[in-house]
Amino acid sequence: MISKQEVQHIAKLARLSTTEEEEEKFAKELSSILDYVEKLKKADISETEEISQPFKIENIVRKDEERSDKKKLDNQRLVEMAPDTKNGYVKVKSIF
Amino acid sequence: MNLFELTISQINQGLKKKEFSALDLCQTYFKEIKDKDKKISSFLSLSESSALSQAKEVDDLIKDNQEIGPLAGVPCAIKDNILVQDIKCTAGSKILENYVAPYDATVIKKLKKQKAIIVGKTNLDEFAMGSSTENSAFGPTHNPNDLTRVPGGSSGGSAAAVAANLSRYSLGSDTGGSIRLPASFCGVVGLKPTYGAVSRYGLIAFASSLDQIGPFAKTIEDCKIVFDAIKGEDEMDSTSAPLKNENLNFNIENLKIGVPKEYFVKGIDPEVEKIIKGAIKKYEEAGAKIEEVSLPNTEYALPAYYIISPSEASANLARFDGIKYGYSEDKKNNLLDVYLDSRGKGFGPEVRRRIMIGTYALSSGYYEAYYLRAEKVRNLIKNDFEKAFNKVDVLMAPVSPFLPFKIGERIQDPLSMYLVDVYTVSINLAGLPALSLPVGKVGNLPVGLQIIGKPFQEDMILETGRVFENNQK
Repeated sequence: MISKQEVQHIAKLARLSTTEEEEEKFAKELSSILDYVEKLKKADISETEEISQPFKIENIVRKDEERSDKKKLDNQRLVEMAPDTKNGYVKVKSIF
Repeated sequence: MNLFELTISQINQGLKKKEFSALDLCQTYFKEIKDKDKKISSFLSLSESSALSQAKEVDDLIKDNQEIGPLAGVPCAIKDNILVQDIKCTAGSKILENYVAPYDATVIKKLKKQKAIIVGKTNLDEFAMGSSTENSAFGPTHNPNDLTRVPGGSSGGSAAAVAANLSRYSLGSDTGGSIRLPASFCGVVGLKPTYGAVSRYGLIAFASSLDQIGPFAKTIEDCKIVFDAIKGEDEMDSTSAPLKNENLNFNIENLKIGVPKEYFVKGIDPEVEKIIKGAIKKYEEAGAKIEEVSLPNTEYALPAYYIISPSEASANLARFDGIKYGYSEDKKNNLLDVYLDSRGKGFGPEVRRRIMIGTYALSSGYYEAYYLRAEKVRNLIKNDFEKAFNKVDVLMAPVSPFLPFKIGERIQDPLSMYLVDVYTVSINLAGLPALSLPVGKVGNLPVGLQIIGKPFQEDMILETGRVFENNQK
């Protein structure tokens, strides 16, 4: 079982605000999902390695070259998508 | 001439012979969309003016006697988690409600190069998380075969658009069944390619080791044309793979079909089972050899998937922070509150649930019990398939244990929704290609047969599917 306090803790780690009503609902729902995945404990994994990709994959890397002017324009465009900017930088609230 | 009955290659022929223009075709599709989509809601946005001007360009090329590609002038629809430059891309989420894509996904670049006509962006479960398209922040899509029922998910809009003749073909994405399930529920062909066969660059990431873009179409031939157009290695996706060009020598009499016994256990709707077994019988009559095989770790696939995919999602969705782009809630005065409130209010309930499951499974003290264990189970599942494929060429199974269900029937109970994916998620864990092929109906509700292949053998499963399709003619 996941308690309401645990939900609050996980939600904070995940950077999600929650209301009290939501916390109760999530506690119930997450508990039933985690109960279901308990099934995994029956699987015999004693001689198995973990995999995080289906196949062996070789990295594709780009050439280490200076970016073109077009790329720089793209960058500017991406910065402009931010809700708040100043002098070509993304602006954020203070940390404290 | 009924333009909706033409396959992609018939459209291509018709355009070249000037039997109709690309503009006629495009306008016909938009008229159909305006007549029918109020009830189906397969589209989130339409791009009529750019589509019409692209169609005119195709007509000009034909007038100049220039060569056109197989997809030139053919109307298509794109799932709204794939970026099309200068068009909104919402991922079905409030957090991206006003996000305009700054560049084209690689698959879109490839379609545009062929002068394909993009008519609009289709509805989906928020961030592709769901099996019914009810998790869209913009309302559900309705199944064109029965408007009271779901189209399946998460690519429900893309499947419904093709089923209802609102686009000739469409693109979706499949992380745990999100192409195959809606293809089955709507009665169209859907292909989930091998992991790495199609570039994911420009696909809004859900679970990066499982996600794959693929096509929906009316026929196997159409499906293959679209797959051939979008596949291939891409320097922008480090997990995309180089494809070998092998000429397939397909003969139904040499085909060995495996039927995994674990996919026909209690829980499957008997009417679905009857149609699937009937379809497999047709293959036997056509000369294929049928063999029962075992995938002993099947029961662990769904729980492993519902640890691995939310874990990857919790990391991928960390980028939505109310700072860089998308919805931002900054009424309070410090940075942490911007994160908490933008994400808490921007994401819908299913997305928040999955982020929390993933965060929990990856958190200190639980990582080994959940995430690491699930990744080991993933290897067991992959090995099961490898063993089965030592004996047979393809596997056949249902796509879903259920018929399309009613809108509202499962949405209140997340776990009951997850169970819809029981026959599809293991294929993503193993990275395999799989096709959903319409093989029958219960009343007016379609049933899809799942044909699973060895890695990078899309042509084999497509040819296998074609045998059934030819039989129906």
